[in-house]
Formats: sequence, C-alpha cells, structure tokens
Amino acid sequence: MNTPAQITPDQLRSDAEEAAAGFPALMAAADQLAATISLGSHGRRRAGPGDEFWQYRPAAAGDPLREIDWRRSARADAHFVRQMEWQNLQAVHLWVDRSASMQYRGDKDLPLKGERARILGLAVAILLAKAGESVGLMEDPQPPKHGRGQLTKMAMRLVIGSDEDYGVPPNKEMIKGNRALLISDFLGDWDEVIAALSRAADQRVQGCLVQVLDPTEESFPFDGRTIFESMGGGVSFETRRAKALRDDYLARLAERKDQLEALARRTGWMFLCHHTDQPAQNALMWIHNAISGPAR
Amino acid sequence: MMAFGSIGFLAPALLLGLLALPILWFLLRAVPPAPLRRRFPAVSLLLGLEDKETTPDRTPWWLLLLRMAAIAAAILAFAQPVLNPTDRVAGRAPLLIAMDGSWASAQSWGQRQDKLTEVLQFAVQDGRPAAVVLLSDGPRGENPLNFVNASEWLNKVEGLEPNAWEPVYDEWVVAADTGEAYETLWLSDGLARDGRDDLMAAFGDKGDVSVAEAEGGVLALRGIGIESGALSTTALRVVGGGPLEFAVQAEGPDPAGITRSLAQGAGVFEDGATEAELAIELPSELRNRVKRVVLDTVRSAGAVVVTDDSIQRRKVALIGGSTEQEGAVLVSPLHFLRKALVPTADVIEAGFMDSLQANPDVMILADVGDMSGQETRAVREWVEAGGMLVRFAGPRLAASGLGQSSEHPLLPVRLRAGGRNVGGAMSWGSPKGLQEFPESSPFFGLSVPSDVVVESQVMAQPDPNLSERVLAALVDGTPLVTAKDQGAGRVVLFHVTANAEWSSLPLSGLFVQLLERLAISARSSTLDAADLEGTIWVPEQVLDGFGVLRDAPALAGVDGARLASGVFGADMPPGVYVSGDRRVALNAVAADRVLEAAGWPVGTNFLSLTRSEEQPLQAWLLMAALALLCLDVLATLLVGGRLWMRGVAAVMALAIVPMTPADAQDEAAILEAANNTVLAYVETGNSRLDEVSRAGLLGLSAELFRRTSVEPIAPVAVNLETDELSLYPFLYWPVSDTQTVPSDAAMEKVNVFLRGGGMILFDTRDANIGRSLSGGTPNGKKLQSIAQNLDIPALEPVPEDHVLTRTFYLLQDFPGRYANAQVWVEAAPPDAEQTEGMPFRNLNDGVTPVVIGGNDWASAWAIGENGRFLFPVGRGSQGERQREIAIRFGVNLIMHVLTGNYKSDQVHVPALLDRLGQ
Repeated sequence: MNTPAQITPDQLRSDAEEAAAGFPALMAAADQLAATISLGSHGRRRAGPGDEFWQYRPAAAGDPLREIDWRRSARADAHFVRQMEWQNLQAVHLWVDRSASMQYRGDKDLPLKGERARILGLAVAILLAKAGESVGLMEDPQPPKHGRGQLTKMAMRLVIGSDEDYGVPPNKEMIKGNRALLISDFLGDWDEVIAALSRAADQRVQGCLVQVLDPTEESFPFDGRTIFESMGGGVSFETRRAKALRDDYLARLAERKDQLEALARRTGWMFLCHHTDQPAQNALMWIHNAISGPAR
Repeated sequence: MMAFGSIGFLAPALLLGLLALPILWFLLRAVPPAPLRRRFPAVSLLLGLEDKETTPDRTPWWLLLLRMAAIAAAILAFAQPVLNPTDRVAGRAPLLIAMDGSWASAQSWGQRQDKLTEVLQFAVQDGRPAAVVLLSDGPRGENPLNFVNASEWLNKVEGLEPNAWEPVYDEWVVAADTGEAYETLWLSDGLARDGRDDLMAAFGDKGDVSVAEAEGGVLALRGIGIESGALSTTALRVVGGGPLEFAVQAEGPDPAGITRSLAQGAGVFEDGATEAELAIELPSELRNRVKRVVLDTVRSAGAVVVTDDSIQRRKVALIGGSTEQEGAVLVSPLHFLRKALVPTADVIEAGFMDSLQANPDVMILADVGDMSGQETRAVREWVEAGGMLVRFAGPRLAASGLGQSSEHPLLPVRLRAGGRNVGGAMSWGSPKGLQEFPESSPFFGLSVPSDVVVESQVMAQPDPNLSERVLAALVDGTPLVTAKDQGAGRVVLFHVTANAEWSSLPLSGLFVQLLERLAISARSSTLDAADLEGTIWVPEQVLDGFGVLRDAPALAGVDGARLASGVFGADMPPGVYVSGDRRVALNAVAADRVLEAAGWPVGTNFLSLTRSEEQPLQAWLLMAALALLCLDVLATLLVGGRLWMRGVAAVMALAIVPMTPADAQDEAAILEAANNTVLAYVETGNSRLDEVSRAGLLGLSAELFRRTSVEPIAPVAVNLETDELSLYPFLYWPVSDTQTVPSDAAMEKVNVFLRGGGMILFDTRDANIGRSLSGGTPNGKKLQSIAQNLDIPALEPVPEDHVLTRTFYLLQDFPGRYANAQVWVEAAPPDAEQTEGMPFRNLNDGVTPVVIGGNDWASAWAIGENGRFLFPVGRGSQGERQREIAIRFGVNLIMHVLTGNYKSDQVHVPALLDRLGQ
C-alpha cells in the first residue's frame, strides 16, 4: 500500500474503485457460498445462559440454591431448576490472511488462495451474522458487531490486500469466551504464528485454524534449475534440481501441518487444512460447525 | 579444392572446425540450462534445504545434438561446399578433343556441345592449345590434329554437327601419331566398333586419355518391311536395362503433299532385351505414302528409317483377254502374273471400268485385243494421268490388228500383221534367246538366263523411233519389250504372252525381275552387289546426323558396288538413292546391325558428359544452421519449462488440422430430424438464396401444420457433401447458375436418396423463360449439368390426371411466384391406359423421384419470423389467389411425397364398394 504522503486524490479514487470493484464480487460469492448452508433457529438447543425458557430439570447436588425454580418445585416433591436456552451471543473474531503469499495459484483454473480464504471468511461471517452473532475482523480495533452493516464493512476491508510476504495474526484484545477464526496458509515464520496463537489462547479464546493451500504446494511438481521466490520477492531460494528437494519439502510441509494441529490441540482449537481445488462448501460446513459448536 | 563424391569444398581447411565439436559437446554438457524463476509461497519451507545432487544439471542429449548439428552445419557452410564441382581435364599439354560425331551421338549432341564448350573454356583459362576432331569425318589434310588456341575452337562449337555415318577408327591410328605429346578427351557415342582399342592405345601413347559417354543408351530403328500387311520395324538399344516403352511415327505426305504423321505405333523393350519388334497396322493407301518411320523424341539419323520401293505395294489391275476356261489354270494368261505379283502387290482383277474406278498404279492387259471406244478413252485418260499400262501380246492381240496401220495410243509401237514363230514344228531356225540388256534399259544389269527362249512373238514395225523404245530384244535384234511415254504415264508391251505358250520367259526368275525393274512389283530382296554392278546411283535425298532428310543436289553419283558395300562416309551418306526408275533407301543402321556398348580398357578415366552445374551449398547450410538454432530456442524454452506447450500445441493444431466443416450434422440434429417430419433444402452456397429456401419451407411447414395432419418442424439446410440425406423425405433444390456441381460422391448419395423413395423439387426460379429443359437459361443449363449424374427417369409435363393434382387439393396448375412454367414429373409408363369407367389412368405406381419446374415456389411460400409473407405474388386478389394455389401445390407435393400413390389407389374405391355389395 502506498504511504499517505504519496496518495494523490486520483490514486485514492482509483484505489477505492479498485477495492470497491472486488467488493461486490466477494460479497456475492460469499453470499452464494453461505446460502448453501441452511441454518436452523438461532437457539443453541441446549441449556445455557439466555432469555428463552428451555427446560426444567431436577435439581442435583451442587446446584446453587438461587437457581431452583421454586414455583415449579412447589408443584412437585422434588426441586427443579429452570434452565434457559443458551443464547449467549457469540462474538467471533476473524482473521483472513491477505498477504502476498496468499496471492498464489498453481493453475489458472484454480482460485487464488487469498480469494478462497476471503470467501470462506466472509461466508462464515454471513452465516454467523444470520444467526445473530457478532463478527469482526481482528485488524479492526472495534469489538465484533452484528448486522449486515458489519458484513459490508468487513467485506470492504477484506478486499484490501497486503504487500507483506507472509501474514501474521494481529494482536487484538479479545474477551474470554470469544471465538476466533484464523484463515491463512501459515507458511510464514513459525515463531510468529506460535506467538500469535499463544496470545489468543492466553486470552481464553477458542477457535479454528484453517490452513488454505494450493495443490502445487502439496505436490511440489517442479524440476530443473529453479529459483523459488516468495510472492513478495522478499525470500528466494535457488536449487539446481528442484525435483530432488521434493521429499524434503513434503516432509517439512507435513511437519508444519503437524505442528499446527498439535498447537491447536494443545490450546483446544481446531485445525483444518483446505486445498483450493476442493469445494469451498465442505470447508465452510466444517468451519461453521466448529465455530458454532459448543465451547470445549 | 577437396571433393567427396559430388560435393566439393572450396575452403576445406575450415572443416577442421568439425574437430572442435567434441570439445563443444563437453562444454555444452557442463553448462546447465539457465535457472527458472518461479514464484512459490512455500519457499519458506525450502529455506535451508541442501541440493542432494552436486553434479550440475545436464542439458538433455537431444538438445546437445541439436546444437551440435547447428554448429556443424555452420562449419560446413563456411567451408563453402559445392554440389557437382566441375571435373576438369587436368594438365598442361595440348588437348585433343576427339568426338565420334556419328548419328549415335546426335541424340545427346547438345550435351556434347556444352561439354565441349566447357572443356574449351577451361583450356582457354589454362592457356592450352586444343584441337577438336570429328572422328567420323576421317583424318583430313596434312595435319589432322591441328592444335591451335582453344578460343578459336570455341567459336566453332555451335557449327559442329554430327554426321549420319559412323567413324572408322583404323583411319585415325596413323593420324594420331604426331610428334608432340597431347592429352585426349574422347567424347564417345558409346557404340562398339572395330579398332577402338588400337586408337585408344595410339592416343594413350601421347598422354592421358579421358572418355565421356552419354548417360542413357542409344536408341535406333533398324530396317523396315511389310509383314502380313503391317509395317514392321525393329527398335534397338545398347544396354538391356529395364522395360522401356517407345513410340514411332510413320511420316509421309498427306493428300495435299504436306508431310505429316500418318500413323503411330508403340512398342516396348522387354526387361533386358536390346531389340523390340514393332508393327504398325495401316491401310495400304496410307502405307504406300509412308516416306519414313521415326522414333519419337530421338533426334538422330539412326532413329529414322527411310522407305524406298520395298514397302510400296502397287495396286495392279490384271485384265485377261477372255473368260478363263475351267481347268486351264496353267495356260491362263494371268496365272504367272498372279503368281509373280500377289506376294508384293495389291492385285485387282475386274473389268476395265471397275478397275479404273479403283485407280490402280499399274494395269496389265494380258492378250487383250479389241477394246470398246469408251474403254480405250478411259484407259488412255488414266495413262496420261500417270498410269502405267503393261500389255502382253498373244493370239488375240495379234488377231485384232490393233496398231498395225497406225500407232495406237495404247501400244508403244506399230505391230506388223501376223507375228512370227521360230523354232516350231513348221518353221526353220531355233527358239531365240535374249540379248544382254542395253545400258539405257531399266533392265540393265540383270543377267540373262540361257534357258529363256522365245518361240513366238508379235513383231514391231521398224519405225524410225523404234530403237529408242526397245527395252529388251532377242538375240536377233527383234524387240521383246517396248515402251513409250504417253502423257505422264507409260505404255509397255511385252511382245510375248504372259503364259508359257510363246516363250519360257514367264517360267524364269527373270520374269519377276523384269516386273520389279518396271516398278510393278516391290523389291523383295536386299541389295546385292551383282545386281548393282555397273549402275550409278544418284543421291536424291540424304540424311544428316539428326535424321533430317535433305535434298542432295551437290553430291556426285555413287557406283553400284560402293552402294552395295553399305559403308557410309562423306561420299555416300545414308539417304535415298535413285537410279533410273529405281529408288533405294540406305538407312544409317544396317539391316543386320546389332548395337553393343563400347568396351573400354580397364582403368579408363571417365568423365561425366552432363555439364556439371556447380551449385554452391553454403546458403542452404547456413539456412539449416539458422533453422536449427531457431529450434534450439524453442527447445531451450521447452527444457526450461517456459514454453507454453499447450499454446504451441494449439497453434500447431490450428495450422495442421484442416478445418472440419462447421455445418456437419451433429447427433442431436440427426435425432431431431429422424423423430420428426422435416422439410429440407439444398444449400447452394448463395446465402440469400438459402435464406429464401429456408423461409419458403418454413412457410410451407407452417401451412402444412395448419391445414393438414402433417406437422413438420423447422426446415433444415442440407449440405449434400457432408450430410446424411436419408433423414429427409423431401429436398427442395433451388438451382442457381453460381452453385457448384456437387462431387461424384455427393451425387451418388443423392441417387441413393432418390432410389430410396426421396423426392427432389428442382426449382430453376426463372419461370422457364427460354425453356429450362432445353438448356436455354443459365439456371437450366446448370440444372442439366447437375442432373447429368443423377438417376432421373424419363420426364413429362404433369399430365392432367397425375396424382399430384389430387393428393390433397384438386389442382390443375402449379404456380409459385411465377405461374406459367411447365412442371415436369416422371413420365407415365407407355402402357398406361384409362380404364373404362375410371376417372383417371392408373399411373406410376409410386412417387415421382423428381419434380422439375421454374416457378420459384419457395418465394411464394416464404414467410418471415413474424409469419408474414416475404415476397409479393401477382397483384391484388388475383395474386393472393395465386399464392393460395402455390401453397396448395406445396401441400399436395408433400402429401404426394408422404403418401405416395394413396390417392391414386382411390380409383379402386368404386370397385371395392361394388364388391362389398353396397
């Protein structure tokens, strides 16, 4: 991105238009994707904090006294506890990696990794918003909000890319119990990823890690003398014979995935590796279930 | 210069560069291909990995090969290779160029001249004196090998011509022995000849000898004759080789006197054979006119056979004095003449007038006395126009008293009454023999057999001019044969009979020879020296080396013995020789000649006769190197993975794969057509016309849908070349003069369509103005050219009771946009009769395969997308009526196509009803 000093009105206008041009498409794609999943009711269909009555249950040892519904208990010999349907408003923090490394595709028929990540992220946001839950981007200092307006704002932010080679989840104050969804290829510096995730876990926030990879990143179909460069050009690596590196590369990739999974397990998060040649619906379904599922 | 085979190098030193190729190989192998830059986000995972293989990545072997080839081509190119480098007769000594100069070298004379020029040019460059001799000319003058500045010879090359005869090598052996040394280039004609080795040795003594022979053998024709009425000749070639076809032309004057080809013949040399017989069948009228037979495409005296009397078969009319008595064959006056003439002449035996009708060359009257005045006049006219009348005496002639009082125009001399008998029972003396023939006689040179004796003869009156008319006489001086010129013709009288009654002459061989000398019968034997003894032959026409017959006014006569020797030379070239009435053709190739290839001593240095066209190859090799380097660019890109292969493949596919016709039916369209009734029209290639056809059939389909139970879907266009026709019951074929006639395959398809019951409506769209069926209009002509290949039966204008008039509507005419043109359908069978009580004849039991008209129906039917008619028809309500009838015609037509003769069968309804008892 240009620094403010360099921005001329013309450039601002063209940048804005460029950004806005992507926005409706992203919104439409996300809408379309979100529509493939039909939501049930808003309720969690389980007992929990909320306004709606859920059920009476016999009181058990350990139930606080103030939770006993005396009116119901008066009609029977036992004590009952009045439970409300869990309607605790979930706040979901979204981070979609928009760094240069996401601007990659191995085949022109496949979507960019970043494109898939954005659509997934926004589609999840739409679903959550429909469920009445509040969503927000982690870059956004504001707390998550609900409503279509928030979605629009998020979409406008999401279409803006970043020049950095690899993205790192930003540091944001999150309230305990909030959920987080981090979509990235997690190919950046491992320490930074760990640090970010640890920060989130420290805040008692649970969530999902979604790793979006291109099929070529899984198969490494290269051969010959090659100079590999990162998308931003910041990192480069030369090999005489790319094919010979394949096994090492695949081992490292598997290791990275294992680390991510282990990290997720340790912090109670969930991990998904999604490839751009797979349908987005599956990933969306998985993310939705993971996010809106019970806290563990 | 360095030469390998037919390729030489002007700068062979550069070829050493090829030695550097292996070094280059190692260098190229060592340099890996340029690295490929590739964006890859997961590069972070690669960081820190080590390349396992420390050896550099190899350039693929084929790429190496490609580069080596490119560099090798460049090196070869700079070494300046030359195809067919000129071979030169090396050396400094004077150069003798000995050319055989015979008819056999005429075939390749141009090549020889070119070679000679080339060699002389080199001699000029090298400053060598040169001498050019034609061996066939024989050594001339004091100094036959006249070595002078080569440039002097250069000017004479064009003027050199081959001789029609062959060289005699022996003459040259002495001439070759000059004081100084020289080198020899022998341009040989390639035929075997005596004395070659001696001459070769003589040349070899003086210096190096090179020999150049023409590639491809010498062809020649040998002899000509008549075998069972056909002109026969033999073609010769030197080397056996594979089968070879050849053609000959028999040339001669046409009736206007212009020489032209009268007949052609073709023959073939069998595999390995050096001789091939060839016969040309042609009528004797033509055959007698043949002057020469020429081998096609070969220009040499050896390829020409000039004919003489020997192939002339004269037409001879034989007329006897009286009806022959049965059984008296041997005493018939005509018997011996017949025997003598039939093998060599065309003999006619008929009456005077009938014979004259046949216009014979010679008429022989054997003992004919009185002739009617009319016959005499006719024969005289014929003689004066050039005929030859030969009469034999006999009792009747003697008794007739013809020519006794005055000279008769048809007798050479006055005759004395009576005649004489010598040596008979009632006379003194003995039978008389013959005198030697005088020099002035055409019979001069014939030997007189002693056993020929004359017992009786008619006697000539001793007139003043008698002696000059005597051709042969008896020992006592009485004339035996007399002759006189009469107009352009000649009258000859044998004073004896043509049978053995008066003399033994007819029994002897002399009789035949006499007839031959009189040019009555063709010469059947070859020349023999004895026969020719003492005669002088004057060349009438001579052959030059190229086989062209030229008049030879300046040549002296040739002695008969020289003629018989058969050895040609400057004094006696081949040609036509005349002596008196006799013509003899001497051909360059003797009748017993066999062509054999010349044998050269082992180790002879041969040069190519073909003028070597030096062709520098440098440009081509450089081009090749460039092309290879271009390939290398592509290949390098390919190896580096930068070549967008699919794009290249697509471009190449576009370039290679021919465009498939875009309008070929696809499966869906076929199913659609098969499941529905579809009207179809033939695409003409004229988009406007096709659009009208489509709109017309659309309109017709709509009307059919509306009015009948036929419910067609939208019409389709049919490409006859590519589409399947069996799906459609009906084709509308508008004829336009611009359309191309479909291919045979397409026509075959249309025929199958017609045989399978399909119908085509041909529409010339020109209202038949000018009668389309007589080919008057351009469209009509086009229709004819199309219909030529179609299986169309006989046609007739639609008869009034044709089923087409009542398949749905009752119609009597079939207008389209035009109303008046006749419409033609398959003709009714000739035996169609109108049955009593039936309204119609029971006509063709089927659907007419074609309907041909010019009323432009499609325009009348045509509707646009909005359902409105596209073209006006007629004017006002009259026009609307016409359009309605046009549509009704369309409905009837489709009904006819779909139901066939159903309505025709309706004629049986009354009978059926009757049988049912109604």
